Amino acid sequence: MEDRSGATRKLMSGNEACAEGAIAGGCRFFFGYPITPQNAIPEYMAEHLPEVGGVYVQAESEVAATYMMLGAAAAGTIPMTSSSSPGISLMQEGLSYMLGCELPCVVVNMVRGGPGLGNIAPSQSDYWLATRGAGHGDGRCLTFAPYSVQELHDWSAEAFQVAARYRLPVMILGDAVLAQMMEPVRLRPRGEAMSLDREWAVGGGLKGRERRIVNSLWVVPEVMEQVNLRMKARFDQAEAEMVRFEEVGDEEPEMLVVAYGSMARVAETAIGWAADEGIRARLLRPISLVPFPYAAIRVWAERVRLVLVLELSLGQMVEDVRLAVEGRCPVEFYGRAGGPLITPEDTLSVILSMAGVRRML
Amino acid sequence: MNRQDVFLAGLGGQGVLLAGQILAQAALRSGLEVSWFPAYSPEVRGGEATCTVVMADGPVGSPIVGRPRALVLMDAGSVERHLPRAAEGAIAVINSSLAPDPPRPDGVRVITVPANELAQAAGSERSANLVMLGALLAVRPVVALSEVEAAVLDALPAHRRSSAGVNIEALRAGYRAAGGDVSV
Repeated sequence: MEDRSGATRKLMSGNEACAEGAIAGGCRFFFGYPITPQNAIPEYMAEHLPEVGGVYVQAESEVAATYMMLGAAAAGTIPMTSSSSPGISLMQEGLSYMLGCELPCVVVNMVRGGPGLGNIAPSQSDYWLATRGAGHGDGRCLTFAPYSVQELHDWSAEAFQVAARYRLPVMILGDAVLAQMMEPVRLRPRGEAMSLDREWAVGGGLKGRERRIVNSLWVVPEVMEQVNLRMKARFDQAEAEMVRFEEVGDEEPEMLVVAYGSMARVAETAIGWAADEGIRARLLRPISLVPFPYAAIRVWAERVRLVLVLELSLGQMVEDVRLAVEGRCPVEFYGRAGGPLITPEDTLSVILSMAGVRRML
Repeated sequence: MNRQDVFLAGLGGQGVLLAGQILAQAALRSGLEVSWFPAYSPEVRGGEATCTVVMADGPVGSPIVGRPRALVLMDAGSVERHLPRAAEGAIAVINSSLAPDPPRPDGVRVITVPANELAQAAGSERSANLVMLGALLAVRPVVALSEVEAAVLDALPAHRRSSAGVNIEALRAGYRAAGGDVSV
């Protein structure tokens, strides 16, 4: 289907667009285990990865899927898995081992209501898991939160380059809204497979080179510390290079709204309506959750009366926003947890009441 | 910016999600930005299925709509749950085959269409979803009927092309039932 610009766009679900984005980005090794609301990702991979000579394996469990990734990554590939909240909890062990082995991978988490088995409704309650994980130890994923089906497609493709560059797990954080909704997508051409030729990868015989070891057990504390310091150096580099965010709305706002993913879509509509009511609001939408756009939020905290954080949780990203604001202005929060959605109408009411209260002070 | 929303609800198996996807595809064909957002219970049949289609001539913004301005409600339970959410000035197309004598709240224009009977007359009761979509287009022309007809053909896999006639006829029957003139 051609759109107004003459470009071909296809109506796709977030899951499908994410899977096709990964193939376009060079993914050739996918290991997964089914769970709603992301089943369309492994389904798409099972059907389409063989077209590019790729390998799809349905693992016997989420834990097994991560160790299949560990093996594939040790051989020099950038492997991928996808799951939803309870499945991502199970994957934490394998992801920590991959951090310990200094191995990159791409993980998609289409978040559902929790904790526990929860439900299949949309939620953003895995922010802590996605930004403070992966698993135990002194390391983290790099985490990106697209807010449209097009962005899911694009970030899923980019994630492979990012994972390769920083040799860290990259997490794409979506939710049941973004996973299942359909929007037009301008598809990227399918790129070449990621190269296997990495100076640390095992396999393929020695060919005159030194033996290489991929391992996360370092008994000597000073050696283990060196692994942590190397990982920290790569993380610091990512922090310097990979902060991504977008802003829309009033240029001289009285209120800064911070929301990510599906809730940024809701906030975008609500601040437009708020402008019609005479409220000067601006939306700052973190796209990279790790590294978080602390500096950009801090700049606005000097200039607004109030920061409002909107999340489909009882308040997780709000902690990072408070770290950014450092008390420069009040930080308010509105959220719901467990599956019920926040509508633009709800958000407008919150914005109006917050603006009214602040004006009276 | 012109922004339109349509909320569709019914029982699992009635084709609510597909009707919404066809509307979304027609919007894309018409050069609009569009989002289609589904929500449904885990049952294969008989649970609740809903979807929201937002169309705009710029970015659609929120795919989630609290108070829809157009509603397509295909059974009594959907009417009970969702008609109270209609925005002031909204239009609601209700399937009177399964929700006879629905309430008519102030500020909402209610159109009733016997979708199951009209679909059966068109050749298959399973096309009731398209009867409802056709009726909506007659009273709230968010996209042209011709684009929806083209989207119906897009949605049919090759081995089902033989049922195109029934589906197009169901769409037109709904359009006529709500006062539309298919000859224009």
